[in-house]
Amino acid sequence: MTGFALPSRRSLLSAGLAAAAGATAPGIARADGCALRGTGDLGLVVERATGSLLLVETSGRSMLARIEGLGDLSHASLVFDRTERFAFVFGRDGGLTKVDLLTASVAKRVVQAGNAIGGAISDDGRLVAVSNYQPGGVRVFDTDTLEMVADVPAIDRRGAPSKTVGLVDLPFRTFAWSLLDGDEIWIGDFADPRAPKIARFPDIGRLPYDGVATSEGRWYVAGLFGEDALTRIDLWAETPKAEKVLVGYGKGEQPLPVYKMPHMEGWGAAGDLLLIPAVGRHEVLAVERDTFREAGRIAVHGQPVFCVARPDGRQVWVNYAHPANDTIEVIDVPSLKVVHAFRPGPAVLHLEFTPRGHEVWISVRDADRIDVHETRTFAKVGEIAAKSPSGIFFTPRAHRLGV
Amino acid sequence: MPRPDRSSTDRCDRTGSAAAGRRRLGLAAGLIATLAIAAASPVSSARSAPDPATQARLIHLLVQDCGSCHGLTLKGGLGAPLLPETLADRDAETLAAIILDGIPGTPMPPWRGLIGRDEALFLAETLKKGITP
Repeated sequence: MTGFALPSRRSLLSAGLAAAAGATAPGIARADGCALRGTGDLGLVVERATGSLLLVETSGRSMLARIEGLGDLSHASLVFDRTERFAFVFGRDGGLTKVDLLTASVAKRVVQAGNAIGGAISDDGRLVAVSNYQPGGVRVFDTDTLEMVADVPAIDRRGAPSKTVGLVDLPFRTFAWSLLDGDEIWIGDFADPRAPKIARFPDIGRLPYDGVATSEGRWYVAGLFGEDALTRIDLWAETPKAEKVLVGYGKGEQPLPVYKMPHMEGWGAAGDLLLIPAVGRHEVLAVERDTFREAGRIAVHGQPVFCVARPDGRQVWVNYAHPANDTIEVIDVPSLKVVHAFRPGPAVLHLEFTPRGHEVWISVRDADRIDVHETRTFAKVGEIAAKSPSGIFFTPRAHRLGV
Repeated sequence: MPRPDRSSTDRCDRTGSAAAGRRRLGLAAGLIATLAIAAASPVSSARSAPDPATQARLIHLLVQDCGSCHGLTLKGGLGAPLLPETLADRDAETLAAIILDGIPGTPMPPWRGLIGRDEALFLAETLKKGITP
């Protein structure tokens, strides 16, 4: 590949990429020579209503191409492979699509289930796992061919199939997920994908709605919708077991109606703390990272959906559920105080930081717009037109565990 | 790192916005058709049907916010599918009550306070007829 980087071979590179993509590449790899670039500042924005993605770049804050034909992308998410060239997109309709960022095109697509909710990619980049609502369970695919290599139905202890949620990658070709209806956590070792080893943790609490792994891969944590608690598993323990934490964090108060399920993705290392959306409350919980003891709670504008730590952990940016979903608040982690609030516009669905956190991109669904803000001054520094944008995903996710 | 030259970005932008424009037109036509059907259908018992602007807001809420659990095409997700065939055995009054009061013990929240009774009935009838997003 190094030879391709020589200027005299540039046309060869373009021709090669175009051929790989079926010769009609509409994006940045073109036969006219504007092809050569890295992928570390690229990203994809989900246009949920139109089944399309925007290929964007964060250095110049611009849209490079629109990629179409991805099916129903409501609640869609995606992961990047370790080359930062390919993305795997998990559509609501069970579609699993491999997208080539260099050619801005669909490289491969299968419809693997009736109704899917998310997925993860293994640390070695060989396997992608998808979490399904219909027929439930988890299916695992080869990242080269999208051929299914493992099918793990989530049959709970009562013998009923369960929807799965909170699917994350763990070290050594392992994935963890939760059974929404079955109240279990499963951890699957796919070192040999044809003969996966599944560890089951039953009775972890009522209605786990999402799960997350901490960035070092030690803790898998499931949020519970049906109980005033969370459940965590210490994956470094000799004999891992499920343990309830933050029991009774709601202090027995009647929770408010929840119009949008919170997400647990984005809990990063905010120093020694994790900041967590409280379910059915206008609160963000701060907990000690090791003990999960409550370290404080922050009164906020509405019911939090995403609490996303800036990569350095100094700030956590929060968006809210309907009907407070026009607002973003910024929490300063050392003081646990809201230090900034603003209204980007109707239906703020997601936010994503640039790799080292100097800027943040915010999707404002009903304004058909992505806003870009500096995180030091909070000033708005750019905007990009997008049709009903939801999730924003930048390529450095490729190198993070548990996303 | 050299950025892509400006001209290539512009070309991509033009392609994108033209396609988006076509889709917007299609979407608008679909919405108008949906509203026309809703307006033409008989209104049950003594209540006032929401005005067209409210209907448009409610359809938007249905597709976007109900859709976050029930799927943008209402084929189901975390929540049950809300297609006419799956709702055939429930009348609009029952569905409206579920919208207003939720289903305790499940993630379906009560929307009372955000949605009025007539609005809930309009949503229930719209679901039973089916919408084309």
